[in-house]
Amino acid sequence: MSERETQLRALLIGGLGGDEASYHAFLKNLSTHLRGFLRVRLARLPDDVEDLVQETLLAVHNQRHTYDPGQPLTAWIHAIARYKLVDLLRRRAGREVLNDPLDEELQVFAVSDNDAADARRDLGKLLEQLPDRQRLPIVHMKLEGLSVAEAARATGMSEAAVKVGVHRGLKALAALIRSNDENR
Amino acid sequence: MKTDDLIAMLAGDANAVAPRVWQPRYALALGAGLAGAMLLMVLLLGVRPDITAAVRLPMFWVKLAFPAALAAGALLAAVRLSRPGVATGRAGAMLAAPVLAIWVLAALALLGAPGDRAMLVWGETWAACLVNIPMLSVPAFVAVFWVMKSLAPVRPALAGAAAGLLAGAVSAVAYALHCPELAAPFIGLWYLLGMLIPAVLGALIGPRLLRW
Repeated sequence: MSERETQLRALLIGGLGGDEASYHAFLKNLSTHLRGFLRVRLARLPDDVEDLVQETLLAVHNQRHTYDPGQPLTAWIHAIARYKLVDLLRRRAGREVLNDPLDEELQVFAVSDNDAADARRDLGKLLEQLPDRQRLPIVHMKLEGLSVAEAARATGMSEAAVKVGVHRGLKALAALIRSNDENR
Repeated sequence: MKTDDLIAMLAGDANAVAPRVWQPRYALALGAGLAGAMLLMVLLLGVRPDITAAVRLPMFWVKLAFPAALAAGALLAAVRLSRPGVATGRAGAMLAAPVLAIWVLAALALLGAPGDRAMLVWGETWAACLVNIPMLSVPAFVAVFWVMKSLAPVRPALAGAAAGLLAGAVSAVAYALHCPELAAPFIGLWYLLGMLIPAVLGALIGPRLLRW
């Protein structure tokens, strides 16, 4: 097991236990690996790299309950990144050809890239399409940094509804990305 | 939105996540699916009237064990296919073993049969078997797909097939309490086909239904 795998896995497990700092470090670290991994595989679609990094991060977050701590993290991340990559290529079918076989190896952590380009798709704009009961909790809690109680007060929603709103909203965001992309 | 902003947003949502949530979810789906199949069987078809005599026959238990063993294999496959980066492992072997076993029993029955071999294969209710097993599988089919949808299958056609087969196998266990047939060739053919109908359906709708 590589050192990176061990380190990232510890950060994720901390995050799954509710440790925000650990989870933040995990996502930050993961994003550089994803960027490197996807940039190599999307050499012909360089503009899509950052979008896909974001989409994959959102998927990792939304599906984090499917990670089994006994499972190699590399395999889990690779499967998610590959799924999102294939999904993107399918949406772009006819326009692009894959320049690198996908199944080669689990190289998710082999390269890293800190240089975040600007995402072409603005998640902020997509966020505006969500219904208020999902959008407002996300905006107040995630973008303005309010606590659950504060967000509940600001929106007039119950604390439970705020939590559900954030959770469902992030899932809805992932679905919006897909449909938005298909209609493009 | 910049990637760093997205990361900050997601990190703020770092509530503790219960480990292995798929276990209670699948347990619930399986329980609901089996209860639903039993209820439909009792209401629409009825338990076979000679059940107290039938339980003394070994083939009655073989007829229950065959779909139950397939359900175990399909459950393992479904659980594994529901999560990214998990290999199906022994699920394939667990699915093949009961099929091979019933075919061996069927071959022995056919070889040892004195007269009418066709009756051992066709029985009297083969058509009902093909209709009723898929029909009784509906509650389990819905429940298992519901759970799978809440997880993250990366091979949706295969995952859908495993979900459908699981529903069909659960349904066949319930149907076995109604069905009057006891011949191994009948079970090895028509029960299997009856269970494969929801499996094929699952494979067809999986890619559409299980996207995430």
